[in-house]
Amino acid sequence: MTTLASPLGRLRWTFTDGLTLVGRELGRLRQEPGQIVAALIFPAVMVVLFGYVFGSAIRVPGGGDYREYLMPGLFAMVTFSAWLSVMTRTAGDASRGVMDRFRSMPMARLAVPFGQTGADLLTGLLMLAIMVGAGLLVGWQPHHGLIPTAQAFLLMIVLRYALSWVGVYVGLAVKNEQVADAMVPLGLPFTMLSNAFVPTGGMPGWLRFLADWNPVSALTAASRELFGNPGVPSGDLAWPLAHPVAAVLLWSAALLAVFVPLSLRAYTRRGR
Amino acid sequence: MADPIVVAEGLHKSFGDTHALRGLDLSVPRGAVCGVLGPNGAGKTTAVRILATLSDPDAGHARIAGFDVVRDAGEVRARIGLAGQYAAVDDKLTGRGNLRMFARLYHLSRREAHRRADELLERFGLMDAADRPVTGYSGGMRRRLDLITSLILRPEVLFLDEPTTGLDPRSRGEIWSSVRELVADGTTVLLTTQYLDEADQLADDIAVVDHGRVIATGTPDELKATIGDRLDVVLEDPAALPPAATVLNNLAGAEPAATGADRLSVALPGGGLRLADIVRELDRAGIAAADVRLRRPTLDEVFLRLTDRKEAVR
Repeated sequence: MTTLASPLGRLRWTFTDGLTLVGRELGRLRQEPGQIVAALIFPAVMVVLFGYVFGSAIRVPGGGDYREYLMPGLFAMVTFSAWLSVMTRTAGDASRGVMDRFRSMPMARLAVPFGQTGADLLTGLLMLAIMVGAGLLVGWQPHHGLIPTAQAFLLMIVLRYALSWVGVYVGLAVKNEQVADAMVPLGLPFTMLSNAFVPTGGMPGWLRFLADWNPVSALTAASRELFGNPGVPSGDLAWPLAHPVAAVLLWSAALLAVFVPLSLRAYTRRGR
Repeated sequence: MADPIVVAEGLHKSFGDTHALRGLDLSVPRGAVCGVLGPNGAGKTTAVRILATLSDPDAGHARIAGFDVVRDAGEVRARIGLAGQYAAVDDKLTGRGNLRMFARLYHLSRREAHRRADELLERFGLMDAADRPVTGYSGGMRRRLDLITSLILRPEVLFLDEPTTGLDPRSRGEIWSSVRELVADGTTVLLTTQYLDEADQLADDIAVVDHGRVIATGTPDELKATIGDRLDVVLEDPAALPPAATVLNNLAGAEPAATGADRLSVALPGGGLRLADIVRELDRAGIAAADVRLRRPTLDEVFLRLTDRKEAVR
């Protein structure tokens, strides 16, 4: 048993313990195949619901297929589910005493938040892969070749990771599984209030302002641009929509800069 | 006696306006079972959280095996186990999966982790349920899994925070026998409980905590001796209660309490009174007693006397 005494040993154990906690998430999935089924069905339902129900009524500005327009929005929606799922899991651990057990153990202190965000990254990749499959089935495809496509997915992953730290912090702050569960439905209006499903052009001014500055919109716009999907806006645009890639990177950096230290402090604080 | 393995000196802790601990002192010898007894809100859990490095005291010190719980928290954590009121295990994993995960987090190698998990499951009778998710466990099984999870590293000190609260009598018995087994191995146990029979059954020493302070310590017998023996009298005729109370008051020098329509109970001064004297005095007053009994007080009575609360603790 290597000790946590040296900085190098601590770093190694933070990594190893983090991996053990990622493995925990896989173990949970294995016990609950229903979750995997739900994860498989969810994108299909979304694609059908939005693609065919909304798609029958919505005209894409500048022309183009609504389902091509929709998929970047759904990718953004999946990306933004990160903070909610991490928050629920973190709050669950905190309210059930699992967090206290971790804290009373001689394990690397920072492994828990790193493990939790790492595990979410893994489940997020899985969901994204399923969503890509669903998209390809209904006729969506990237048009600009390998590099821009990879860049789009990379943006989603970076933003997802940053968002999962928001989840760690909020989960540690609410500490209560019921409260966390009650907050989950708030995710939907947050995603809807964007350009993900409908163009923002027709919204009233104040709402359009919120939608244009919503990071969901920046991610959606960036993916549309990189995939070559329809709905890339033109004309007089809010800054995040005129520079969507830079906006996503800035959002990610800002979220990480704020929520990583906040989460680590909340985790290591021993006031209670 | 050897150096105490758990020492707390003058622990203070407040949450806003609530003073959870107001100068708590505690000392547990190596290998002993110390029962920390107190009503809800007395500060038991706060004390355990500080000793287990989950919370820092506002003032005072605590040491586990010589290591300060604030300064040397890492050393402390390598020597303790903590099992709580709620089962702190992952519901979604199997029993075996939980033990393996926590063993890995205790930095056992993969092979050691698997071996230790099996060993603990076998020894504490959970092998049959090892591959079922914890969601399907009974309350008692869950609590036992929580308990053995805290044993992975063979801790020198085990903190059990109300280990049987909410369990049925059979599951309580199972937890008790597990704890006895650990004690036979030499583990020091600090047990908080609001069940007095639990402390009576398991603890060598008891610390009674109220309002964030230890108000009495001693073995269960010593604590019982502090309030003297009890005399219980059951009358044949409830109408004889007032005269019987007068007789007992004269004998014991204390006001007897009516414990029912036809029965009285009174604390006796240390020694001196014999059963025969009591029966003769009652007889002389023309009072017919169905039953007269001298007995040791229960811990409940000690506890109520010490904490001076009207309501019973459980």
